[in-house]
Amino acid sequence: MTVPELKIQDLHVSVEGKSIVKGFDLDIKGGEIHALMGPNGTGKSTVASAIMGHPKYEVTAGSVSLDGENLLDMAVDERARAGMFLAMQYPSEVSGVTNADFLRTAINGRRGEGNEIPLMKFIKTLDKKMDLLEMDQAFAERYVNEGFSGGEKKRNEILQLMMLEPKFAILDEIDSGLDIDALKWVAKGVNSMRSENFGCLIITHYQRLLNYIKPDKVHVMMNGHIVKTGGPELALRLEEEGYDGMKAELGIKDDEPVEA
Amino acid sequence: MATQVQSLPFDTEELVHFSEKRNEPEWFTDMRLKALGLAEELPLPKPEKTRIDDWNFTDFNYDTTGEPVTDPAKFPEAIGKLVGEKAENVLIHHNSDRIYRNLSPDLSRKGVIFTDLATALRENGELVKKYYFKTASLDKHKLSALHAALINGGSFLYVPKNVVIDTPIQAIYFQDAPSSGLVAHTIIAAEPNSSVTYVESYLSGDSVGDGAANLISEVTVGENASVKYGAVDNFTDGIVTYVNRQGNVDRDGSLQWALGQMNDGNTLSENATNLEGDGSSADTKAVSVGSGSQKQNFDNYIRHVGKASVSRLLVRGAQKDASNSIFNARTKIEHGASGADGEQAQRVLMLSDDARGDANPILLIDEYDVIAGHAASVGRVDPDQLYYLMSRGIKKETAEKLIVEGFLEPVVDLLPIEGVRKQLAELIERKVG
Repeated sequence: MTVPELKIQDLHVSVEGKSIVKGFDLDIKGGEIHALMGPNGTGKSTVASAIMGHPKYEVTAGSVSLDGENLLDMAVDERARAGMFLAMQYPSEVSGVTNADFLRTAINGRRGEGNEIPLMKFIKTLDKKMDLLEMDQAFAERYVNEGFSGGEKKRNEILQLMMLEPKFAILDEIDSGLDIDALKWVAKGVNSMRSENFGCLIITHYQRLLNYIKPDKVHVMMNGHIVKTGGPELALRLEEEGYDGMKAELGIKDDEPVEA
Repeated sequence: MATQVQSLPFDTEELVHFSEKRNEPEWFTDMRLKALGLAEELPLPKPEKTRIDDWNFTDFNYDTTGEPVTDPAKFPEAIGKLVGEKAENVLIHHNSDRIYRNLSPDLSRKGVIFTDLATALRENGELVKKYYFKTASLDKHKLSALHAALINGGSFLYVPKNVVIDTPIQAIYFQDAPSSGLVAHTIIAAEPNSSVTYVESYLSGDSVGDGAANLISEVTVGENASVKYGAVDNFTDGIVTYVNRQGNVDRDGSLQWALGQMNDGNTLSENATNLEGDGSSADTKAVSVGSGSQKQNFDNYIRHVGKASVSRLLVRGAQKDASNSIFNARTKIEHGASGADGEQAQRVLMLSDDARGDANPILLIDEYDVIAGHAASVGRVDPDQLYYLMSRGIKKETAEKLIVEGFLEPVVDLLPIEGVRKQLAELIERKVG
């Protein structure tokens, strides 16, 4: 099996007519973990939503391909079935649908008709992954994200990631609002996925999560594109100096911040 | 508007004969005849925003028969699926006959009565009389009077003081006689400190063609008693339904309604709870799916009379195809009902451009010291939910189905009989799918 590859080239994204991402390039291969850091409102989450295909985000130029296939031509569900996964910053609540039913439907959606996962196998796998994330078994029968705390929602995102086993995952501020224990569970989940067949982009403000999930590369995004790339040491430097130091170094002036 | 002079297609002599055949007590026959006269005079109900004058409420055959079944293994499949393994505490009606009845010896010994209305009239006539048309009113309009005239079925459940029944009591109505009408009257009387769960299923076969259903249920909840009432309505598209479920709750009593309203034909539904006693409470949950070109009108009404009475009303409807449904939720807090707390929420999900749906929240409050709230919305499937499910690889149509089924889940969850729960879940799936 060839190592999967996600290629983002010169991506431009607008939200409601406002240009937010302006020339974003990134190449991730299976086995790699990249971190994308940067100040608020700089377009990090917009990149994530655009790659997954949120209808509000309009790609105005550039390309995103997974193993050579153009993701931007696909509907949201097709992108997922092609191997993309986005752990969302604000996961939706779906009342009346249990986590277990949701996951089984999603898994079977990938496997296709006639090749559904046997129920017992599904339950066993789910139990195992929930154990690893130290999630109460009751979560399987609870409605999707309904009444979940912020931390529980994030853990539920990681559970889905582990159950669906995508080729690439983008974790969009998975660490925001998490206490140190929850952070460790999330890291444990992501680290358990590490393999040649899995690549990951971690979007975060803070270096903290990267203590637990060691990135191969760290990218800093400002004003809609990547301005600097380095190793894990770059994240540590940012933590100490803040983004202002880097802006000064690179001679970057602030864009008007955007909410996205 | 021109006054409609319409003579009903029912003959007094035939009605007397029908009553005689069923060995009904004289007072009951008299009420039938009086009611038939009233039905001729009284106008049809006037549901808000739904025109019903061309619905066939009155042209049907009420004198039909069913096939008795002694062995539960030989129930027709549609019925067998709904009944629990032991076929215990269940009453089955086929057309205008009761065809099967079981009440556990233990409950009989405790004084519980559970039988069809015709038998109850013969064996417990005075008790029936005590509750018959006491919660609902006979002369409300043409359909209530017509009901009293033509009753051809129904169930009677009496739970004595202090008797707590743990297992659900079940009634099933199956209609398949051509051009027939089911006129079923249900009485549930729960004496003080008693507790019971009752679940009814209405279903019909395509062989009915054009027909009618006229159903009235009266529930009396005594002091500190608890009644849970579940229902799944599933009449075929040729059947015009009038259904009225009413309850009266005494001091500290509680009444829960869990209604799955899955008819395929035109339906006029009234559900009303009178919280008469102090500290009484009601929890109403009703879900429906409009499909094809059916028209439906749902009126859910809670009246607070008792102090510190509490009500929760949740109504959800999904509208497909060219269906048209009107949802009224009315919460009335009477003067003197201080400390009352009434909340209502109605949500209508529009699944097609040709469908229509309308939710009207109404609060009428005549007391100062109360809590009351309402929420009503008519909208489409939430695009963020859809995006979320699709982002996990679920196809759009499947995702939409999941969301709609989840939206209608609250009633499914409340039904205590596995077979009926499955029935409702399958009906939702079929109607939504």
